[in-house]
Amino acid sequence: MSRDPIPLGNVEETALARERRLFEIRREAEQQGQVKSSGIRPAGAPFPKASPETGYYGIPLLKEPQWTREIPLYFFVGGAAGAAAVVGAIANYTGADQKLVRDARWIAAAGSVISPVLLISDLGRPERFLAMMRVFKPQSPMSVGVWTLLGFSAGASAAAFAGLMRERYGPSLPLRVLENAGEAASLAFGLPFSNYTGVLIGATAIPVWNRNVGDLPIHFAASGLGAAVGMLELMGHTRSRALQALGLGAAVFETWEGVRIEGRTHSHLDPLKHGRSGWITRVGGVLSGPVPTALRIASAFSGRNRSRSLRRWAAISSIAGSLITRYAWIEAGHASARNWRAPLEIPEAQEQPAIGSGPGLKG
Amino acid sequence: MSVTAFLTDSTLCIGCKACEVACKEWNGVGEDGLNWSGYSYDNTGAVGASTWRHVKFVEETPIAGFGGNAAEQASWTFSSDVCKHCEEAGCLEACPTGAIVRTEFGGVFVQPDICNGCAYCIVSCPFGVVAKNEKDGRAFKCTFCYDRQKVGLKPACAQACPTESIRFGEIEILRAKADERLQTLKGRGMEDAALYDPTHTSVGGIHAIFIVRGDPRSYNLPPNPEVPTIYAKKGWRASAIAAGLLLGGTLLAFLTDSGRDGR
Repeated sequence: MSRDPIPLGNVEETALARERRLFEIRREAEQQGQVKSSGIRPAGAPFPKASPETGYYGIPLLKEPQWTREIPLYFFVGGAAGAAAVVGAIANYTGADQKLVRDARWIAAAGSVISPVLLISDLGRPERFLAMMRVFKPQSPMSVGVWTLLGFSAGASAAAFAGLMRERYGPSLPLRVLENAGEAASLAFGLPFSNYTGVLIGATAIPVWNRNVGDLPIHFAASGLGAAVGMLELMGHTRSRALQALGLGAAVFETWEGVRIEGRTHSHLDPLKHGRSGWITRVGGVLSGPVPTALRIASAFSGRNRSRSLRRWAAISSIAGSLITRYAWIEAGHASARNWRAPLEIPEAQEQPAIGSGPGLKG
Repeated sequence: MSVTAFLTDSTLCIGCKACEVACKEWNGVGEDGLNWSGYSYDNTGAVGASTWRHVKFVEETPIAGFGGNAAEQASWTFSSDVCKHCEEAGCLEACPTGAIVRTEFGGVFVQPDICNGCAYCIVSCPFGVVAKNEKDGRAFKCTFCYDRQKVGLKPACAQACPTESIRFGEIEILRAKADERLQTLKGRGMEDAALYDPTHTSVGGIHAIFIVRGDPRSYNLPPNPEVPTIYAKKGWRASAIAAGLLLGGTLLAFLTDSGRDGR
């Protein structure tokens, strides 16, 4: 008593889509004089060749990164949360404003919950995350990172929880122990947690990542600090001079990082400068570097209200810049993997040989 | 429990793809879909999650007169590509779960029941071999027919190869056989025959070596493959510097600000 398994509606839709495609092909032929598609070459065009100049038909050797959109988002959240934990702990140890300490802890705690959720979501099936905890492998940056995340999560959430309990039910010895231990752990793990993702992508076969491995962790730490400071400022801490100094430091470093990328001509830096990934990198770089730098300097010479407003704009710019920068590096990794010349050490040709555009054949 | 290897000889390969079929059938690997690449008779392009053996069709400009070649024809060589089973394997080092292991035969094996689909091995392979299965998210590649080797059988591809283009055996014996074969080929006037066996880089040698003609780059074989772990030391050093700067900077910012923190 089973029903007909062929969904008739879909057949009609498919037929329609194919008919539309025929119209598209005809339009392209009329307008361009030829139709471009994989496996198609106009009459008289040179045959594709495998050679030391064209590689294997220009088919990329390396596989593109397969991470979902959650991973660059995790880089952003983790970077900001790690830096926020460091800011919160140091602020507490130096006797700064307690509201600042509490807010920084909450950013860290929120990040410590969101981060594993993003990682688990990338794996597709939740229980797969358990396999990460089978072993600790110092030679695998991802294994080191997962254990850092777990330590950080435990510390940051314990500190925030104990702090909340203390405020609600008054101080007690167990709460104080938990709060202090959690804070110390979130500081100790937060320091590597805010930047290890730079090592994670740096220690791979993707040229644009591994050629920048010496800069990526510092770049990512500055990006995370900029975002953490920005979040604290949006939570109302727009008068703290310490945050202003940290935000300015991060923005100046990110400006320098942008100058470093733009100022050098190396084919391995191309994905950060050209095409789609190049533009995303630029937008992220400008929002993380020059814009907040200028706004923060302007705010230092402005009246009270105007200064706060300028700092809020700097905060928004830094947060957006940090997020876009993480996406930019992943996007650049894709572009770098698609560059078939790099792993074969074939120099960039001035004129592209007629080998087609190297269609993505399959995963 | 000897260390085994493949010697794939492109001068003997006839492009029949028996190795691809044998591999798929023995290992139960799914189909690749139908795509016209326009690149000779290669519509697969590269090894991947559903292609553990892959026959390359290398069409080159011929040397006119050589072996009766006419200038207007293309020279055609075939080469069956496979996971290189590196001595220092990027995927194995990168795997955070311990799913990727070194077998007693020296091969690199992904345990499918442990792989959690983190995809870190995919960006860590300098040969672009490991790939993600879109349907279940895990990473797949050549198993070196670990199950067959366990019971003393040749891998399926080597068993099915009709011309002995794919040879299987102990690595040192195969290296000697490769040298012997190169001498024979050169003696017959095939001066461009060469062995692809990158022992000079951080990969430290591979367990699937290839006899090719001319520049290995025509076969998408990288001249200097490097295992990505060599970058990790520099990365962790930068990570330590970043942590130091963050800690020092934050301390400095709050210490110079203490007592003046108005809200």
